[in-house]
Order: sequence, then C-alpha cells, then structure tokens
Amino acid sequence: MNWLDLFTIVAVCAGAFFFLAGTAGLLRFPDTFTRLHALTKADNLGLALVVLGLLPHARGVLAGLKLAFVWLLVLLAGAVASQLIARVARRRRPRA
Amino acid sequence: MNEFLFGAAAFVLATVALGLARILRGPGDADRMMATQLLGTGGIAALLLVGEATGEGAIADVALTLALLAAFASIAFVKASSDADDATNDPRS
Repeated sequence: MNWLDLFTIVAVCAGAFFFLAGTAGLLRFPDTFTRLHALTKADNLGLALVVLGLLPHARGVLAGLKLAFVWLLVLLAGAVASQLIARVARRRRPRA
Repeated sequence: MNEFLFGAAAFVLATVALGLARILRGPGDADRMMATQLLGTGGIAALLLVGEATGEGAIADVALTLALLAAFASIAFVKASSDADDATNDPRS
C-alpha cells in the first residue's frame, strides 16, 4: 500500500458517499426541484471523485484522457439535461 | 486494491438501484427521468471501477457510450414531453 493507493481509496470512498447522498436526496426530498439539486450533486461530484481516484492507476496518458473525457461528457450532458428537466417540471406545475 | 475497487463498484450500483424506487413512486415524469439519469451516472462510475479492477481497457469505451446514451435519453424525454404540452394546451409556451 503506497500513497497513490491511499489517494485512490480516499477519493473513491468520497465519490461513493456522494452517490449515497444523491440517492438519499432523490428518495427523501419533498419536491421535484430539490430532488434535481440532490441528483446533480451526485452526478457531478460523485463521478468526479471516482474518476479522480482512478486517474493515478490509468495505463498511459491516453487511458487517463479517456477517463477525463467520460467525466467531461457526463458533466456537460448533466448540466444541459438538468436545465431542460427543470423547465419541463416547471411548465407542468406553474404555481408550485 | 482490486477487491476494494470491485466493492466500491458494487456499493455504487446498490445505491443507485435503491434510487430506482423513485421510478415506482413518481409522482411526475420528471422525477422518474431523474432516477434514470442517476442510474446512468452510477452505471458509468461502476463500469469505470470494474474496468480498472480487471485491467480491461475496453470497459472505459463502454462507459463512454453509456454516457452518450444517457444524454440522448434525457434529451428525448424533454423533447417528447414538450411536444405533448404544445399539442394539448398553452399557446403561450
């Protein structure tokens, strides 16, 4: 066990915690918009920490870049999709 | 190290599967779509973890494809539901 392994364990554990928090928020929060808030935290931070933890073990620069690209794609798509989903939810219930 | 990565992948998958209860309960379509989106992201994280643990580089490509498909799923949902809204009522929007 060296320092890189320790870094991986800490970062992946933190990412898994954010997935747990996002799921808890998705199940427990009272309305659509607070649930959306919890979901985007889990999406962005959870996956970011998992990818960050895996980066030191990547085989070569190309594999590391691919991990970073997966995260960037999820980040972009999540940002756009959460705005669009919030718009649909607001249009369905304009007074809520 | 590999045992830890497998364990983390299983943990993330179990958490996300728990979140699928939101699809059952709803109440709105948007809530159900959010649970699906969480499943997509959690699946990507689990795939990356398993790919690292097994040393199989191609699993990262699968994760990349899943990320793209999850994005298209959300966009298709928004497109379909806003078309339905436009057809039924509310000429303002």
